[in-house]
Amino acid sequence: MDLFLQQILTGIANGAIYACLALAVVMIYQAIDHFNFAQGEMAMFSTYICWSLIAAGVPYWAAFFITIIVSFLGGLAIERIIIKPLHHAPVLSHIVVFIGLIAIFNSTAGAIWDHTIKTFPSPFPSGSFGGLIGLHEVGMFFVTLILLLAIFSFFKFTRVGMAMQAAAANPVSAELVGIRVAWMLALGWGLAAAIGAVAGMMIAPIVFLDPNMMLGILLYGFAAAIVGGISSPGGAVAGGFLVGIIENLAGTYIPAIGSELKLTVALVLIVTVLLFKPNGLFGKTIVTRV
Amino acid sequence: MDPRLTVGARIPIKWVTLFVVIGVILPFFMDGYTTFQATLVMIYAIAILGLNLLTGFNGQFSLGHSAFYAIGAYTAAILYFHYGWPVYATIPVGGIVCFVAGFLFGLPALRLEGLYLALATFALGIAIPQILKSSHLEELTGGVQGLDVFRPAVPEMLPLTMDQWWYLIVFVIMLFMFWVAWNLINSRTGRAMMAIRDNSIAAKSMGVSTSLYKSLTFGVSAFYTGVAGSLSAIIIEFVAPDSFTFQLSILLFIGMVVGGTGSIWGALFGGLFILIIPNFAEEISTGLSYAIFGIILILIIYVMPSGFTGLVNLIRTKIRGRIGTTG
Repeated sequence: MDLFLQQILTGIANGAIYACLALAVVMIYQAIDHFNFAQGEMAMFSTYICWSLIAAGVPYWAAFFITIIVSFLGGLAIERIIIKPLHHAPVLSHIVVFIGLIAIFNSTAGAIWDHTIKTFPSPFPSGSFGGLIGLHEVGMFFVTLILLLAIFSFFKFTRVGMAMQAAAANPVSAELVGIRVAWMLALGWGLAAAIGAVAGMMIAPIVFLDPNMMLGILLYGFAAAIVGGISSPGGAVAGGFLVGIIENLAGTYIPAIGSELKLTVALVLIVTVLLFKPNGLFGKTIVTRV
Repeated sequence: MDPRLTVGARIPIKWVTLFVVIGVILPFFMDGYTTFQATLVMIYAIAILGLNLLTGFNGQFSLGHSAFYAIGAYTAAILYFHYGWPVYATIPVGGIVCFVAGFLFGLPALRLEGLYLALATFALGIAIPQILKSSHLEELTGGVQGLDVFRPAVPEMLPLTMDQWWYLIVFVIMLFMFWVAWNLINSRTGRAMMAIRDNSIAAKSMGVSTSLYKSLTFGVSAFYTGVAGSLSAIIIEFVAPDSFTFQLSILLFIGMVVGGTGSIWGALFGGLFILIIPNFAEEISTGLSYAIFGIILILIIYVMPSGFTGLVNLIRTKIRGRIGTTG
């Protein structure tokens, strides 16, 4: 029973990270109708920035917030400089640009910080909570929870948040009522980059820091977004926790999977959900007009 | 509208002859290592052509073609290593296994629109090295260690080195694959593929079975990539899971975009590009080659979306135009 509980708790903690990435993916999807395949590499790069700041002697939480701000500005800049001119470009152009971004971030991180695996400090005390779950996991869960609450209240209660929703839902009408849609999209990218940065900094103490660390985690983020429904931010978050739990339980109780086929679980989840319930558990059906 | 639809296309015999002559002579003027590299370029070109059939001509996206490359390579290696097949015979089998795998993976493509297919293949590309390393398959795949493949000696009557011999084999296979692709594209099937790319709803209402053609195209695309994978296993004489990471998918994708999406011979340039740039970039700074790739990719999208082929066509039209006005 302890093992079961332990796996559920670890699943929820990891799920919090997947939820963050899923949310970031969904935010960009709602803004530009594309999956940001570079989300993970952007988060990885942010995490390296934080590592450098800490290595330079900046206290952890200061580095944490500086990284969030830098990532936000970085995301904003990527949208303004690279994505915006492609507004009406075909799908291929977008995918090419995302692949380009993956290559740039991955390779630059490798060139600046080299490919050796680095440890990343945790702001939380080591030790565990009742022998069930590490204190870092508990802290990670609460940090992401606070982040998610902040994001939701931002969208529900602030004018900018509501304007962003309007811009995503109906760009033409939003423009007509005076919302600067182009800037709202950029803001969405900035926020997504910042959320990704938090996810990266929180998971890094567990998976260690290296340029390829986020690839697998992003895959789970995508799985979460697909399971929850790509059109629903709330669903994506729920999907994140669900996927985290499924991953851990499948790894523990299905001997064929163990720890070595966990990425395949994400692959199977994505394909299965797309086949049988393409809109996810909480998504709306999207109808294309001829 | 694509001019090929109205005018029809003929193989430019003059250029192809020139290309074949140069291609056959080349290995006798290069050292062993360069010949080996040229062989790799052609193998990449076959794989890129496969990806291009899918993306450039059918409008579907795959970020997981490294998986099919891996399946092709492992099929060849396993048949050779465990079952003692002659390496020559493993090449088509690698392709056929991939065709089946691709067709089956492409079946969901009936339901997965462009982006979702990209996502599913993205997942496949990331998961494949882990699957290959899995302890359940270890007896077959050799796990992390991989498998060795040894090429038989060059037939005695031929005065060729091993590198030259395999260069010529790959060259012939590449020519054949390009010829098949050319015929495919300029057939009824090819027109149906392109119709689906341009407007799938219209194609469907014209009576094209979009689901069948999409899955078939995925299968054919995987076939090409699988053949390339088998060849690479034989040329490199070794397969291991870490040769088939997601970066390989990115590499093939880059080759396709740089060569020109929707261009057959552009694949060859794409193959050349992805082999040369890393060598060149390593001299400036180790590990930066992908950053250079990334920047070039993004620039291509802004400056010449039809890739290298588009650039050549543009220059050709300019020259023709000038001759036309003066003469």
